[in-house]
Amino acid sequence: MAAAETPLRAAGIPDNAIWQLEVCNACRYCEGYCAVFPALERRRVFNRADLDYLANLCFDCRHCYYACMFAPPHEYAVNLPQMLAAVRRETYAQYALPAMFTKVVARNGRLLGLLAAAIAVLFVLAIAATGDPARLFTVTAQQGPGAFYGVIPYTVMFLPALIISVVGMAVMVAGGINFWRRTRGSLRDFLAPGAILTAAGDALGLRYQMGGGAGGCPYPGERASFARWAFHHLVFWGFLSAFLATCIAYVNEHFLGHIAPFPLLSPPVIFGTLGGVAMVVGTVGLIALKRRSDRAPADGRTIEMDYVFLVLLCVVNLTGLALLVLRATPAMGSLLVLHLATVLTLYFAMPYSKFVHFVYRYAALVQDRLEERRGLLPR
Amino acid sequence: MADASYDVIVVGGGNAALNAAMAAKHDAQRVLLLERAPQWIRGGNSRHTRDIRAAHDGIPLVTTGVHPEEELLEDLLRVGGGRANMDMARLVCRESKTLFQWMTDHGVRWQPALKGTLHLSRTNLFFLGGGKALVNTYYDTAQRMGVEVRYEASVEGILLDGKRVEGVVVEQGGRRETLRARAVVLASGGFEANIPWLKEYWGEAAENYVIRGTPYNDGRVLRMMLDAGAEQVGDPRGFHGVALDGRAPKFDGGIVTRLDSVPFGVAVNKHGERFYDEGEDFWPKRYAIWGGLIGRQPDQIAYSIFDSRMLDKFITSLFRPFEAPTIAELATKLGLEPAAVARTVETVATFNAHTCRDKAFNPAELDGCATTDLQPPKSNWAIPIEVPPFYGYPLRTGVTFTYMGLMVDELTRVQMKHAGAMENLYAAGEIMSGNILSSGYLAGFGLTIGTVFGRIAGREAATHGRR
Repeated sequence: MAAAETPLRAAGIPDNAIWQLEVCNACRYCEGYCAVFPALERRRVFNRADLDYLANLCFDCRHCYYACMFAPPHEYAVNLPQMLAAVRRETYAQYALPAMFTKVVARNGRLLGLLAAAIAVLFVLAIAATGDPARLFTVTAQQGPGAFYGVIPYTVMFLPALIISVVGMAVMVAGGINFWRRTRGSLRDFLAPGAILTAAGDALGLRYQMGGGAGGCPYPGERASFARWAFHHLVFWGFLSAFLATCIAYVNEHFLGHIAPFPLLSPPVIFGTLGGVAMVVGTVGLIALKRRSDRAPADGRTIEMDYVFLVLLCVVNLTGLALLVLRATPAMGSLLVLHLATVLTLYFAMPYSKFVHFVYRYAALVQDRLEERRGLLPR
Repeated sequence: MADASYDVIVVGGGNAALNAAMAAKHDAQRVLLLERAPQWIRGGNSRHTRDIRAAHDGIPLVTTGVHPEEELLEDLLRVGGGRANMDMARLVCRESKTLFQWMTDHGVRWQPALKGTLHLSRTNLFFLGGGKALVNTYYDTAQRMGVEVRYEASVEGILLDGKRVEGVVVEQGGRRETLRARAVVLASGGFEANIPWLKEYWGEAAENYVIRGTPYNDGRVLRMMLDAGAEQVGDPRGFHGVALDGRAPKFDGGIVTRLDSVPFGVAVNKHGERFYDEGEDFWPKRYAIWGGLIGRQPDQIAYSIFDSRMLDKFITSLFRPFEAPTIAELATKLGLEPAAVARTVETVATFNAHTCRDKAFNPAELDGCATTDLQPPKSNWAIPIEVPPFYGYPLRTGVTFTYMGLMVDELTRVQMKHAGAMENLYAAGEIMSGNILSSGYLAGFGLTIGTVFGRIAGREAATHGRR
């Protein structure tokens, strides 16, 4: 037999990852499940940029793992969901600024907890420095418009949040641009209305968590279900609803002269409450599914990253809902501090946590639609 | 020592066995399926399948047109060289029309006929995810229906009593057990993974064959039945063999080891000599004869050699090709002896000197761009191998399945040499496919045979057999 260098034993990213993609490209049985396989079939050789692109196109539905006759313990050991998850996790770090933040923050629930505590302490100090500290615990000042600002001055509440969220969004936009440049090339390419719209449909509908007609994805176990798809929708639309509530509140305060807290049946409270409840149900559901999920097709560090983000998001919403329910009691001041501290922590963590996945996922979906429409590959 | 008793026991764990078990469960209470492989590699060669051939009146989204029963029958008779049992051939074509509904009813999901598979998308139905997904679905459905499944359960004996079967002896985890059954279905595949058995017909050459699918198809149940006097059908030397990457694992390398490069260059043997027309026809129509061609070369090995212009003309295989700036270096890298390296250089030079001059190379059609005054000729796509770097793959014979099996009647009852049809012993799938096909092959037809006759066997076992 010829001295063949069989790459079966190649290990690590990207050698083994690229070899797995080559196995898939020689097989193609999974092409009906999602966008990854048709995208893979448009290529013949794969480089690191292709890998980053395909990894972020993957919705981790896992059909390809259970359908793969070459999955471990087969000697080819093809495990695309696990491999692509590991690559995705690396892209989150690679494209963030500064890159090391993701490595430090993304899987570190304890650090984020400490950060939230530190922010809470800073708020308490600010409260003490701007008047009578006792107002944190007294009920009298806590009713009617302006009650929140009676506890924490408007600028203390608003400015840090604004700065951190704007910086966070800038980091994510920069990451998205970096990602696009590397995986696709020209930024002008991105400005294709058709691709942008159809990709938005793919993203908003979680198209590739539906299994290409296979009745959802095999998650948490081997049998396909729509559970994860549904919980993810709750989280996403809940987030959007809460974001909308924030925008309406901003308009109310700055242009209409209404000052928070708003009445229970006002748009900010309705959208905020709906969003908060949806996110709590969604994150708890996703956490429960994840705890039962099959670890074989999973990347361990990605799971840790997922948990940290889900728990953080859940805590932000729980404190927010608690604040709503208890806003006329002496607990209001403490809950306000707690809620603001977790919100700021979330804002800070956004570009360095699982949250950022939508940026690269959407960029990858746009590129997929571009390639599909024009048969155009990058470079 | 009768340890347990079943209405129907199905021996085997692939497509035919699963369909037999599901069909039986519709009419019987206790149905047991005995899969010899561990769970992760269950399903025999069905886990490597992709699509099923079936007559149909057009299935929206799934197929791109109609495929009449008569057309399927004609195709079947053509590839079989006219040696098929006509009644069985008609039966399988007729029954195939019901497969789409049956499979859908038992959980199978379909892939829209869009891309990649165009030449088959009219006649063949592609299930979502391929064979392992199909097998997973069937196990799930069968177990939900109440079929008992045992893995790593090897059937070591079949208890025959005249024209009836009484049960099977099964070995599991080192323990032997007798299982009684009112009827038994044998759906345990062929014997292509049994190298010593292949050597009975092919000699030492069989040592160099690569077995594309499951290592569990060693044919022990087939052998037991033949030894017990069952009537044999099909040529013992008959197997479906294709050209594949010589670096493939000995067993279970699967679809990704197949190589489509041959028509785009020349193929030489270990002495550096060409041995067959590489451009005789489109590769999908020829890849199956190349298994045999390579098997007849010294040491059962050959080498596909082409130049850089051809690299993107075919689907990649599992491994990257060998690459070198000259033919001599390439042949050395491929592992040829020095004399054979020199001969390979001459062979390519001679080939280049006789390549086509008057016609344009066009891989999309039989371009008639043929060699002149060359033996063997290359009838199409014969342009010189001259633009470095040069590429090469080692080629081996890959055995897909064997044809020899058990003779059955239209109710799939096993036929004994001296006693005629067994009353309650049935066979389905590859173990009896020689009743329909004894040479040649139609893509996806193994599943057709397995599903049609598995269903008949299961139904018969559950209704008539168990009386």
